Amino acid sequence: MVGIITYGAYIPRYRIKVEEIARVWGGNAAEITGGLGVIEKAVPDYDEDTATFAVEATRSALCRRIVDPKEIKAIYVGSESHPYAVKPTSVTVGEAIGATPVMTAADYEFACKAGTAGIQTAMGLVGAGMMNYAIAIGADTAQGAPGDALEYTAAAGGAAYVIGNDDPIAVISHTCSFSTDTPDFWRREGADYPRHGGRFSGEPGYFKHVIGAAKMMLADMGTKPSDYDYAVFHQPNAKFPQKAAARLGFSQDQIKTGLLVSRLGNTYSGAVPLGLAAVLDVAKPGDKIFITSYGSGSGSDAFDITVTDAIHDKIDRSRGPTVDAMLADAKYLDYAVYARHKGKIKT
Amino acid sequence: MRDVAVIGAGITAFGELWNTSFREMCTEAGVKALEDANVAGEQIDAMFVGSMSAGRFIGQEHVGALVADYVGLGGDLHIPATRVEAACASGGLAFRQAVAAVASGMSDIVVAAGVEKMTDVSDATDVLAGAADREWESFAGATFPGLYAMIACDYMNKYGLTREQLAQVAVKNHYHGAKNPFAQFRSEITQSTVLKSTLVASPLRLFDCSPVSDGAAVVIVCPFKRAKEFTDTPIRVLTSTQSGDTIALHDRPDFSTMGATVAAGNSAFKQAKLERKDIDFVEVHDCFTIAELCAIEDLGFVPKGTAGKFTEEGQTQIGGKLPVNTSGGLKSCGHPVGATGIKQVWEVVQQLRGEAGKRQIDGAEIGMTQNVGGTGATVVSHIFGRA
Amino acid sequence: MVGTKCKTCGKVFFPPRSVCPHCRRNGKIVEYKCSGKGEVLTFSVIHSASDQYAAMKPYVLAIVELEEGTRMTTQIICEPEEVYIGMPVKSVFRVLDREGTEGIIHYGTKFVPNLA
Repeated sequence: MVGIITYGAYIPRYRIKVEEIARVWGGNAAEITGGLGVIEKAVPDYDEDTATFAVEATRSALCRRIVDPKEIKAIYVGSESHPYAVKPTSVTVGEAIGATPVMTAADYEFACKAGTAGIQTAMGLVGAGMMNYAIAIGADTAQGAPGDALEYTAAAGGAAYVIGNDDPIAVISHTCSFSTDTPDFWRREGADYPRHGGRFSGEPGYFKHVIGAAKMMLADMGTKPSDYDYAVFHQPNAKFPQKAAARLGFSQDQIKTGLLVSRLGNTYSGAVPLGLAAVLDVAKPGDKIFITSYGSGSGSDAFDITVTDAIHDKIDRSRGPTVDAMLADAKYLDYAVYARHKGKIKT
Repeated sequence: MRDVAVIGAGITAFGELWNTSFREMCTEAGVKALEDANVAGEQIDAMFVGSMSAGRFIGQEHVGALVADYVGLGGDLHIPATRVEAACASGGLAFRQAVAAVASGMSDIVVAAGVEKMTDVSDATDVLAGAADREWESFAGATFPGLYAMIACDYMNKYGLTREQLAQVAVKNHYHGAKNPFAQFRSEITQSTVLKSTLVASPLRLFDCSPVSDGAAVVIVCPFKRAKEFTDTPIRVLTSTQSGDTIALHDRPDFSTMGATVAAGNSAFKQAKLERKDIDFVEVHDCFTIAELCAIEDLGFVPKGTAGKFTEEGQTQIGGKLPVNTSGGLKSCGHPVGATGIKQVWEVVQQLRGEAGKRQIDGAEIGMTQNVGGTGATVVSHIFGRA
Repeated sequence: MVGTKCKTCGKVFFPPRSVCPHCRRNGKIVEYKCSGKGEVLTFSVIHSASDQYAAMKPYVLAIVELEEGTRMTTQIICEPEEVYIGMPVKSVFRVLDREGTEGIIHYGTKFVPNLA
């Protein structure tokens, strides 16, 4: 069965508090924090970007389980902040882990769901018997214009998944997607920051697609929300995933482990991959995980995942840092230093 | 091998020479040297020009031909001119090539020039970083002060050198430089000037570092036997030695010991059949204060780890046991990189002739130079004596 | 971190070398994967950098000796006051420099403290 062979996550060390951003832009910190359910967000170091996150997450995955890099025949990196507009991040990862040159690679972009789109592609290649292993990564140094609502949440981090069918630690039983052309959030070529359609991103964007894909998955699998131990939804803020979960019939208990946004912010393509990594950090054999991502523009990918005995036998989770440990190792920046970190000050 | 003598020396002022171009600096120093040696262009057989990075500093390569042309040796006389490069040891190496040309019998009268025009670029730090291993040091973020700072960090940790002792090197060199009319900084400083100056690469501060400078120096050599045709005070070249080491500092067994200086010094003393105590003064490569301390230890004048105390006691100042860098050194006289090695020879010539003015060492008979490329991957050393 | 190793004398090289400086023509060089763990031998905090590193300053420059015995010049990602001689460190993948906003981005190895 096709599934996750190993996984790794990366979250940069720096944080900024939402109240610090609010202080600079004259926002009401209590109202914003309450409204978004986000207290702080992860910020990259000067010398970090989507490629370094992708490499660190992948190396962490390969530390947890030995996989011959020469057997990895495909790498997909999903992000909306690839360091280059033209020149793939995925080959940088390939070089860094020693998987080149006999491999295929490409960069994906589908707003916040490019990482899960990569997992689907990897599943297809492995499932079709074209290769033993493929890697899918979701990572972002999310952009939000200074002073824009997005700036309170746009964060940094990512996670990597090695997909294969050789003793997976978690079997992916099924995946399905729900996609339409919906202009709720976009960034034009050459623009520094994305634009968004304000409240339009809620009902016709996030909820329509997340609920659409999730219901399709439950119908396809003949399952109900209570069959799952964990559920992870895309989390641009804390409110949206909680609301979607409630509408679908998932409980707070099922979503809390994978709901990182209040301490992490929105890592865009990294969000659902990191949420799933947090669940895998603590999951036991037999646990069932329900996943639904969301990417503006718009689409959602749903996954039905079951953890196997291999999570104990075939992988040493302690050899890579857990999501929780990385969230705990935080250094706080003020807005001025954060602006320098994010390159918002042009020199 | 024939004995070689220096018969003429000329220098420009060192500093930020906004109004003097690369070729004009060479011309000025070259004409002074030729006048000093009383040599006519037709008598010159060859020329060597030391320049570290004219290509990056002013976008000019082929500077051997350029300099020969503008000092009037190119067009009509067709004198062979060769550029020599070994980073900051380019000047010392150009001199060594001139000495070798004469000693071998291939040429009789040879010009050795050193020149650099550094103040025309905005990022001299990056150009200078090319003297280290670009791929494995500079690309990692190593600056030149940074590399010498790591030597200082290692040295202070091993030998308990104090920040005050290190500052004393700069204080002493400014004291000397104030007496040199060609020096870039002709002002004395105090220890607190150094200790309060801005951090460049900890533990090194601005006043631990040699400056970015423009300048040129030229000397002329010939067979010792012919020297009296040109001057009453020829200076004999007693030894010329050169040693190499790994390009990168990280590959050296001891960061605080410059292996190439040890090797060049040992072979010089062996060849000259001289003892360390026979040397009256030295001009060493103090690109950073720490480098001067390492140099006088590695040449064998004082035991390892004691140069700080030796300096603090005033022993390296004029009047001390071993005056070091009477020109002001790279720190105060300035460091136009390609010119420095020739300037060291120029200073030794002034001292041995008794023409060093206010900085004259009484009864100077034997002087030595040590010129370093990079962090010690090339070291060129010469010993000179009054004829 | 892929370096080389001389099978004749056993020495490991990172940065990699294709000729063993000790055995020269008698050396037999093979590829060798380094663990990426080591310790700080000496360091400096860089306050004045060339233009392409100016955004990073102050940053910690160091010579690190890897477990395999080879040494390299690198940066330590930590606060300037944290670094010390003997500090255990491990390698991370970072941007070394960016050629302006339109040029190539160079990636490579830096180190972070590896304090248990």
